[in-house]
Amino acid sequence: MKKKSTSTDMTAMCDVAFLLLTFFILTATAKVPEVMPVDTPASTVQTKLPEKDLATLTVGNGKVFFDVKGKDVRIRTLELMGNKYGVKFSEDDQKSFAIMESFGVPMGSLKQILDLKPADRKKVQQPGIPKDSLDNQLADWVQNARIANIELHDKELELAIKGDAKEEYPIIKRVMDILQDQKINNFSLVTGLRGKEK
Amino acid sequence: MAELNTGDGGGKKGSGKVRSKKQNSKVDLTAMVDLAFLLITFFMLTTTLSKPQSMNLGLPDKDPDKDKNKDVKVDENRTMTILLGDNNKLVRYVGLLATPVAGGAPKDFAFGKDGIRQELLNRKEKVLQYTGNKDKGMIVIIKPSKKSNYRNLVDILDEMAIVNVPTYAIVNEFTPEEAKLLGDSSSAPASPTEPAATNP
Repeated sequence: MKKKSTSTDMTAMCDVAFLLLTFFILTATAKVPEVMPVDTPASTVQTKLPEKDLATLTVGNGKVFFDVKGKDVRIRTLELMGNKYGVKFSEDDQKSFAIMESFGVPMGSLKQILDLKPADRKKVQQPGIPKDSLDNQLADWVQNARIANIELHDKELELAIKGDAKEEYPIIKRVMDILQDQKINNFSLVTGLRGKEK
Repeated sequence: MAELNTGDGGGKKGSGKVRSKKQNSKVDLTAMVDLAFLLITFFMLTTTLSKPQSMNLGLPDKDPDKDKNKDVKVDENRTMTILLGDNNKLVRYVGLLATPVAGGAPKDFAFGKDGIRQELLNRKEKVLQYTGNKDKGMIVIIKPSKKSNYRNLVDILDEMAIVNVPTYAIVNEFTPEEAKLLGDSSSAPASPTEPAATNP
Protein backbone atom coordinates (compact mmCIF):
# COMPACT_ATOMS: atom_id res chain seq x y z
CA MET A 1 0.00 0.00 0.00
CA LYS A 2 1.26 3.38 -0.91
CA LYS A 3 2.04 5.56 2.03
CA LYS A 4 -0.03 8.75 1.97
CA SER A 5 1.85 11.96 2.34
CA THR A 6 0.93 13.85 5.47
CA SER A 7 1.71 17.28 4.15
CA THR A 8 -1.09 19.06 2.36
CA ASP A 9 -0.71 21.56 -0.37
CA MET A 10 -0.99 24.90 1.32
CA THR A 11 -0.43 27.10 -1.65
CA ALA A 12 -4.09 27.99 -2.10
CA MET A 13 -4.60 28.57 1.59
CA CYS A 14 -1.57 30.78 1.70
CA ASP A 15 -2.85 32.77 -1.25
CA VAL A 16 -6.20 33.37 0.39
CA ALA A 17 -4.64 34.26 3.70
CA PHE A 18 -2.39 36.87 2.17
CA LEU A 19 -5.18 38.28 0.06
CA LEU A 20 -7.27 38.83 3.17
CA LEU A 21 -4.28 40.20 5.00
CA THR A 22 -3.65 42.75 2.28
CA PHE A 23 -7.29 43.74 2.35
CA PHE A 24 -7.35 44.32 6.08
CA ILE A 25 -4.09 46.21 6.11
CA LEU A 26 -5.29 48.52 3.38
CA THR A 27 -8.68 49.17 4.92
CA ALA A 28 -7.25 49.75 8.38
CA THR A 29 -6.78 53.40 9.13
CA ALA A 30 -3.82 54.56 11.06
CA LYS A 31 -4.73 55.87 14.45
CA VAL A 32 -4.12 59.55 14.76
CA PRO A 33 -2.47 60.48 18.02
CA GLU A 34 -4.78 62.51 20.15
CA VAL A 35 -3.77 65.93 21.21
CA MET A 36 -5.66 65.62 24.43
CA PRO A 37 -6.06 62.06 25.56
CA VAL A 38 -9.22 61.50 27.55
CA ASP A 39 -10.39 58.57 29.57
CA THR A 40 -13.92 57.93 28.39
CA PRO A 41 -16.36 56.38 30.82
CA ALA A 42 -17.44 52.84 30.11
CA SER A 43 -20.90 51.80 29.05
CA THR A 44 -22.62 48.69 27.84
CA VAL A 45 -24.20 50.41 24.86
CA GLN A 46 -22.95 48.86 21.65
CA THR A 47 -23.80 51.50 19.07
CA LYS A 48 -20.81 52.64 17.06
CA LEU A 49 -20.07 56.15 16.02
CA PRO A 50 -20.56 57.00 12.36
CA GLU A 51 -17.42 57.26 10.23
CA LYS A 52 -18.26 60.51 8.51
CA ASP A 53 -20.50 63.52 8.87
CA LEU A 54 -19.39 63.68 12.45
CA ALA A 55 -17.97 66.37 14.67
CA THR A 56 -16.43 65.46 17.98
CA LEU A 57 -16.14 67.77 20.94
CA THR A 58 -13.51 66.49 23.29
CA VAL A 59 -13.88 67.73 26.83
CA GLY A 60 -11.15 67.31 29.40
CA ASN A 61 -9.53 69.42 32.11
CA GLY A 62 -12.11 72.09 31.52
CA LYS A 63 -10.97 72.56 27.93
CA VAL A 64 -12.86 71.82 24.78
CA PHE A 65 -11.24 70.54 21.60
CA PHE A 66 -12.96 70.33 18.26
CA ASP A 67 -12.67 67.88 15.41
CA VAL A 68 -14.62 67.29 12.21
CA LYS A 69 -14.38 64.28 9.95
CA GLY A 70 -13.75 64.70 6.25
CA LYS A 71 -11.10 66.82 4.57
CA ASP A 72 -13.49 68.76 2.34
CA VAL A 73 -15.73 69.65 5.26
CA ARG A 74 -12.75 70.77 7.31
CA ILE A 75 -11.46 73.09 4.61
CA ARG A 76 -14.85 74.63 4.06
CA THR A 77 -15.35 75.06 7.81
CA LEU A 78 -12.01 76.80 8.08
CA GLU A 79 -12.96 79.13 5.24
CA LEU A 80 -16.24 80.03 6.89
CA MET A 81 -14.54 80.58 10.23
CA GLY A 82 -11.84 82.68 8.57
CA ASN A 83 -14.43 84.89 6.95
CA LYS A 84 -16.25 85.35 10.20
CA TYR A 85 -13.20 86.24 12.26
CA GLY A 86 -11.32 88.05 9.53
CA VAL A 87 -8.39 85.66 9.45
CA LYS A 88 -6.89 84.74 6.09
CA PHE A 89 -5.70 81.19 5.67
CA SER A 90 -3.33 80.27 2.88
CA GLU A 91 -3.59 77.15 0.76
CA ASP A 92 -0.93 75.49 2.88
CA ASP A 93 -2.78 76.36 6.06
CA GLN A 94 -5.92 74.79 4.70
CA LYS A 95 -4.06 71.67 3.70
CA SER A 96 -2.48 71.20 7.07
CA PHE A 97 -5.79 71.92 8.74
CA ALA A 98 -7.44 69.22 6.66
CA ILE A 99 -5.12 66.50 7.89
CA MET A 100 -4.78 67.79 11.40
CA GLU A 101 -6.21 66.08 14.41
CA SER A 102 -8.46 67.82 16.90
CA PHE A 103 -7.40 71.22 18.09
CA GLY A 104 -8.18 73.54 20.93
CA VAL A 105 -6.96 77.04 20.28
CA PRO A 106 -8.73 80.34 19.83
CA MET A 107 -8.97 81.68 16.27
CA GLY A 108 -6.15 84.11 16.91
CA SER A 109 -3.56 81.43 17.50
CA LEU A 110 -4.86 78.86 15.06
CA LYS A 111 -2.38 79.99 12.41
CA GLN A 112 0.58 79.39 14.70
CA ILE A 113 -0.60 75.89 15.42
CA LEU A 114 -1.04 75.21 11.72
CA ASP A 115 2.50 76.33 11.01
CA LEU A 116 3.93 73.84 13.46
CA LYS A 117 4.96 70.36 12.45
CA PRO A 118 2.42 67.71 13.41
CA ALA A 119 4.84 66.20 15.89
CA ASP A 120 5.34 69.53 17.63
CA ARG A 121 1.66 70.27 18.01
CA LYS A 122 1.34 67.84 20.84
CA LYS A 123 4.00 69.62 22.81
CA VAL A 124 2.25 72.94 22.73
CA GLN A 125 -0.20 73.48 25.52
CA GLN A 126 -3.45 74.24 23.77
CA PRO A 127 -5.78 76.33 25.88
CA GLY A 128 -9.05 74.97 24.49
CA ILE A 129 -11.60 76.73 22.34
CA PRO A 130 -13.21 79.71 24.05
CA LYS A 131 -16.77 78.93 25.02
CA ASP A 132 -17.87 81.86 27.18
CA SER A 133 -21.00 83.69 26.28
CA LEU A 134 -18.93 86.72 25.26
CA ASP A 135 -16.50 84.89 23.03
CA ASN A 136 -18.28 81.76 22.00
CA GLN A 137 -16.03 80.44 19.27
CA LEU A 138 -17.03 76.87 19.96
CA ALA A 139 -20.59 77.63 18.94
CA ASP A 140 -19.29 79.20 15.72
CA TRP A 141 -17.15 76.20 14.94
CA VAL A 142 -20.10 73.89 15.41
CA GLN A 143 -22.36 76.13 13.40
CA ASN A 144 -19.95 76.52 10.49
CA ALA A 145 -19.11 72.84 10.44
CA ARG A 146 -22.80 72.10 10.14
CA ILE A 147 -23.15 74.61 7.31
CA ALA A 148 -20.13 73.14 5.54
CA ASN A 149 -21.40 69.61 5.92
CA ILE A 150 -24.80 70.46 4.52
CA GLU A 151 -23.21 72.29 1.59
CA LEU A 152 -20.85 69.49 0.70
CA HIS A 153 -22.58 66.31 1.77
CA ASP A 154 -26.17 67.42 1.91
CA LYS A 155 -26.54 65.80 5.29
CA GLU A 156 -26.97 67.02 8.82
CA LEU A 157 -23.76 66.85 10.82
CA GLU A 158 -23.85 64.59 13.81
CA LEU A 159 -22.31 65.73 17.05
CA ALA A 160 -20.55 63.63 19.61
CA ILE A 161 -19.25 64.64 22.99
CA LYS A 162 -16.19 62.83 24.18
CA GLY A 163 -15.81 63.68 27.81
CA ASP A 164 -13.26 62.66 30.35
CA ALA A 165 -14.74 60.47 33.05
CA LYS A 166 -13.54 62.73 35.83
CA GLU A 167 -14.83 65.87 34.20
CA GLU A 168 -17.28 67.74 36.36
CA TYR A 169 -20.81 67.97 35.16
CA PRO A 170 -21.10 71.77 34.77
CA ILE A 171 -18.59 71.81 31.91
CA ILE A 172 -20.37 69.01 30.12
CA LYS A 173 -23.56 70.87 30.67
CA ARG A 174 -22.06 74.03 29.23
CA VAL A 175 -21.11 72.14 26.05
CA MET A 176 -24.56 70.57 25.86
CA ASP A 177 -26.08 74.00 26.28
CA ILE A 178 -24.04 75.35 23.38
CA LEU A 179 -25.34 72.54 21.22
CA GLN A 180 -28.86 73.03 22.42
CA ASP A 181 -28.69 76.73 21.67
CA GLN A 182 -28.38 75.65 18.06
CA LYS A 183 -31.31 73.31 18.40
CA ILE A 184 -29.13 70.22 18.38
CA ASN A 185 -31.06 68.13 20.82
CA ASN A 186 -29.79 64.80 19.72
CA PHE A 187 -26.17 63.89 20.02
CA SER A 188 -23.92 61.06 21.07
CA LEU A 189 -21.75 60.55 24.09
CA VAL A 190 -18.59 58.65 23.27
CA THR A 191 -18.00 55.83 25.72
CA GLY A 192 -15.57 53.01 26.12
CA LEU A 193 -16.33 49.36 26.23
CA ARG A 194 -17.32 47.91 29.54
CA GLY A 195 -15.62 44.56 29.82
CA LYS A 196 -17.14 42.52 32.61
CA GLU A 197 -20.14 43.32 34.73
CA LYS A 198 -18.98 44.24 38.13
CA MET B 1 29.66 -0.17 -6.42
CA ALA B 2 28.30 2.85 -8.05
CA GLU B 3 30.80 5.22 -9.37
CA LEU B 4 30.22 8.87 -9.52
CA ASN B 5 28.89 9.62 -12.88
CA THR B 6 30.23 12.81 -14.24
CA GLY B 7 29.92 12.25 -17.92
CA ASP B 8 26.80 12.51 -19.93
CA GLY B 9 27.60 9.93 -22.49
CA GLY B 10 26.09 6.56 -22.08
CA GLY B 11 25.84 6.44 -18.35
CA LYS B 12 22.13 7.06 -18.28
CA LYS B 13 21.09 3.59 -17.44
CA GLY B 14 23.78 2.92 -14.98
CA SER B 15 23.38 6.11 -13.06
CA GLY B 16 19.74 5.49 -12.29
CA LYS B 17 20.40 4.79 -8.69
CA VAL B 18 22.96 7.43 -8.04
CA ARG B 19 21.31 10.32 -9.81
CA SER B 20 21.29 13.26 -7.51
CA LYS B 21 18.02 13.33 -5.75
CA LYS B 22 15.48 15.55 -7.42
CA GLN B 23 15.01 18.63 -5.28
CA ASN B 24 11.55 18.77 -3.86
CA SER B 25 9.89 21.81 -5.34
CA LYS B 26 7.38 22.05 -2.52
CA VAL B 27 8.17 24.42 0.29
CA ASP B 28 6.62 23.90 3.63
CA LEU B 29 4.11 26.71 3.86
CA THR B 30 2.71 25.88 7.27
CA ALA B 31 4.61 28.51 9.17
CA MET B 32 3.85 31.14 6.58
CA VAL B 33 0.14 30.40 6.68
CA ASP B 34 0.21 30.50 10.45
CA LEU B 35 1.77 33.90 10.39
CA ALA B 36 -0.62 35.18 7.77
CA PHE B 37 -3.66 34.12 9.72
CA LEU B 38 -2.30 35.59 12.89
CA LEU B 39 -1.90 38.93 11.18
CA ILE B 40 -5.35 38.68 9.63
CA THR B 41 -6.88 38.12 13.02
CA PHE B 42 -5.00 41.06 14.42
CA PHE B 43 -6.06 43.46 11.69
CA MET B 44 -9.64 42.25 11.70
CA LEU B 45 -10.01 42.78 15.40
CA THR B 46 -8.30 46.13 15.51
CA THR B 47 -10.32 47.59 12.66
CA THR B 48 -13.68 46.68 14.15
CA LEU B 49 -12.84 47.27 17.78
CA SER B 50 -11.17 50.61 17.37
CA LYS B 51 -14.38 52.32 16.35
CA PRO B 52 -15.47 54.25 19.36
CA GLN B 53 -18.75 53.39 20.90
CA SER B 54 -21.31 55.99 21.54
CA MET B 55 -24.46 56.45 23.45
CA ASN B 56 -27.23 58.41 21.91
CA LEU B 57 -28.76 61.10 24.01
CA GLY B 58 -31.83 63.05 23.09
CA LEU B 59 -32.59 66.11 25.10
CA PRO B 60 -35.90 67.93 25.15
CA ASP B 61 -36.19 71.06 23.14
CA LYS B 62 -34.93 74.05 24.98
CA ASP B 63 -37.83 76.35 24.55
CA PRO B 64 -37.02 80.00 25.00
CA ASP B 65 -40.60 80.48 26.08
CA LYS B 66 -40.27 78.81 29.42
CA ASP B 67 -43.85 79.04 30.59
CA LYS B 68 -44.97 76.94 27.71
CA ASN B 69 -43.62 73.68 29.01
CA LYS B 70 -43.73 74.37 32.66
CA ASP B 71 -47.03 72.76 33.42
CA VAL B 72 -46.44 69.18 32.46
CA LYS B 73 -48.26 67.22 35.08
CA VAL B 74 -47.03 63.73 35.73
CA ASP B 75 -48.32 61.21 38.14
CA GLU B 76 -45.95 61.29 41.09
CA ASN B 77 -46.41 57.56 41.54
CA ARG B 78 -44.59 57.02 38.29
CA THR B 79 -41.59 59.19 38.87
CA MET B 80 -38.31 58.36 40.44
CA THR B 81 -35.80 61.11 40.99
CA ILE B 82 -32.13 60.28 41.04
CA LEU B 83 -29.77 62.83 42.49
CA LEU B 84 -26.09 62.56 41.65
CA GLY B 85 -23.62 64.01 44.11
CA ASP B 86 -19.89 64.12 44.44
CA ASN B 87 -17.78 61.04 45.27
CA ASN B 88 -20.15 58.71 43.43
CA LYS B 89 -22.99 59.54 45.75
CA LEU B 90 -26.41 58.67 44.48
CA VAL B 91 -29.70 59.39 46.21
CA ARG B 92 -33.05 58.42 44.87
CA TYR B 93 -36.60 59.03 45.96
CA VAL B 94 -39.90 58.03 44.46
CA GLY B 95 -42.77 60.42 44.11
CA LEU B 96 -42.58 63.87 45.64
CA LEU B 97 -39.81 64.65 48.04
CA ALA B 98 -42.19 65.89 50.74
CA THR B 99 -44.57 62.96 50.35
CA PRO B 100 -42.72 59.99 48.93
CA VAL B 101 -44.53 56.87 47.82
CA ALA B 102 -44.40 53.90 50.19
CA GLY B 103 -40.84 52.62 50.31
CA GLY B 104 -39.66 55.51 48.25
CA ALA B 105 -38.14 57.75 50.87
CA PRO B 106 -34.77 59.25 49.95
CA LYS B 107 -32.10 56.63 50.20
CA ASP B 108 -28.50 56.22 49.14
CA PHE B 109 -27.69 53.68 46.48
CA ALA B 110 -24.54 52.41 44.91
CA PHE B 111 -23.93 52.38 41.19
CA GLY B 112 -24.01 49.13 39.34
CA LYS B 113 -25.74 45.83 39.29
CA ASP B 114 -26.51 45.33 42.97
CA GLY B 115 -27.32 48.92 43.73
CA ILE B 116 -29.51 51.14 41.69
CA ARG B 117 -30.27 48.61 38.97
CA GLN B 118 -32.16 46.31 41.31
CA GLU B 119 -34.14 49.23 42.61
CA LEU B 120 -34.91 50.45 39.10
CA LEU B 121 -36.13 47.01 38.05
CA ASN B 122 -38.34 46.65 41.12
CA ARG B 123 -39.77 50.07 40.75
CA LYS B 124 -40.40 49.62 37.08
CA GLU B 125 -42.42 46.51 37.81
CA LYS B 126 -44.40 48.29 40.50
CA VAL B 127 -45.18 51.22 38.25
CA LEU B 128 -46.47 48.91 35.56
CA GLN B 129 -48.71 47.19 38.08
CA TYR B 130 -49.93 50.53 39.31
CA THR B 131 -50.79 52.00 35.94
CA GLY B 132 -51.75 48.73 34.31
CA ASN B 133 -50.80 50.32 31.01
CA LYS B 134 -47.74 49.38 29.05
CA ASP B 135 -47.46 52.85 27.57
CA LYS B 136 -47.32 54.47 30.97
CA GLY B 137 -44.10 53.23 32.42
CA MET B 138 -41.73 54.67 34.90
CA ILE B 139 -40.36 58.17 34.52
CA VAL B 140 -36.88 58.77 35.84
CA ILE B 141 -35.62 62.24 36.52
CA ILE B 142 -31.85 62.49 36.69
CA LYS B 143 -30.47 65.46 38.54
CA PRO B 144 -26.73 65.77 38.37
CA SER B 145 -25.37 68.24 40.87
CA LYS B 146 -22.53 70.65 40.17
CA LYS B 147 -20.07 68.35 41.84
CA SER B 148 -21.05 65.19 40.07
CA ASN B 149 -18.74 63.97 37.39
CA TYR B 150 -19.32 62.85 33.86
CA ARG B 151 -18.68 59.20 34.62
CA ASN B 152 -21.62 59.09 37.00
CA LEU B 153 -23.86 60.67 34.40
CA VAL B 154 -22.86 58.12 31.77
CA ASP B 155 -23.21 55.32 34.31
CA ILE B 156 -26.73 56.27 35.16
CA LEU B 157 -27.66 56.75 31.50
CA ASP B 158 -26.24 53.32 30.91
CA GLU B 159 -28.45 51.92 33.65
CA MET B 160 -31.41 53.51 31.91
CA ALA B 161 -30.46 51.64 28.75
CA ILE B 162 -29.93 48.36 30.57
CA VAL B 163 -33.13 48.52 32.58
CA ASN B 164 -34.96 49.88 29.57
CA VAL B 165 -36.63 52.77 31.28
CA PRO B 166 -39.12 54.21 28.80
CA THR B 167 -38.87 57.85 29.83
CA TYR B 168 -36.04 59.66 31.47
CA ALA B 169 -34.89 63.22 31.60
CA ILE B 170 -31.91 65.18 32.80
CA VAL B 171 -32.95 68.09 34.92
CA ASN B 172 -30.54 70.68 36.17
CA GLU B 173 -32.66 72.41 38.75
CA PHE B 174 -32.10 71.65 42.37
CA THR B 175 -34.37 72.61 45.21
CA PRO B 176 -32.64 73.39 48.51
CA GLU B 177 -34.13 70.25 50.04
CA GLU B 178 -32.65 68.10 47.34
CA ALA B 179 -29.31 69.77 47.73
CA LYS B 180 -29.44 68.96 51.42
CA LEU B 181 -29.97 65.30 50.63
CA LEU B 182 -26.66 65.16 48.86
CA GLY B 183 -24.88 66.51 51.88
CA ASP B 184 -23.63 69.97 52.59
CA SER B 185 -20.50 69.65 50.51
CA SER B 186 -22.34 69.99 47.26
CA SER B 187 -25.35 71.95 48.41
CA ALA B 188 -23.97 75.45 48.43
CA PRO B 189 -23.55 76.20 44.73
CA ALA B 190 -26.14 73.75 43.59
CA SER B 191 -29.03 75.96 42.64
CA PRO B 192 -27.99 78.83 40.44
CA THR B 193 -30.70 78.46 37.84
CA GLU B 194 -33.47 78.13 40.34
CA PRO B 195 -33.55 80.93 42.86
CA ALA B 196 -35.24 80.62 46.20
CA ALA B 197 -38.59 81.02 44.50
CA THR B 198 -39.37 77.33 44.64
CA ASN B 199 -38.75 77.22 48.32
CA PRO B 200 -42.13 77.31 50.06
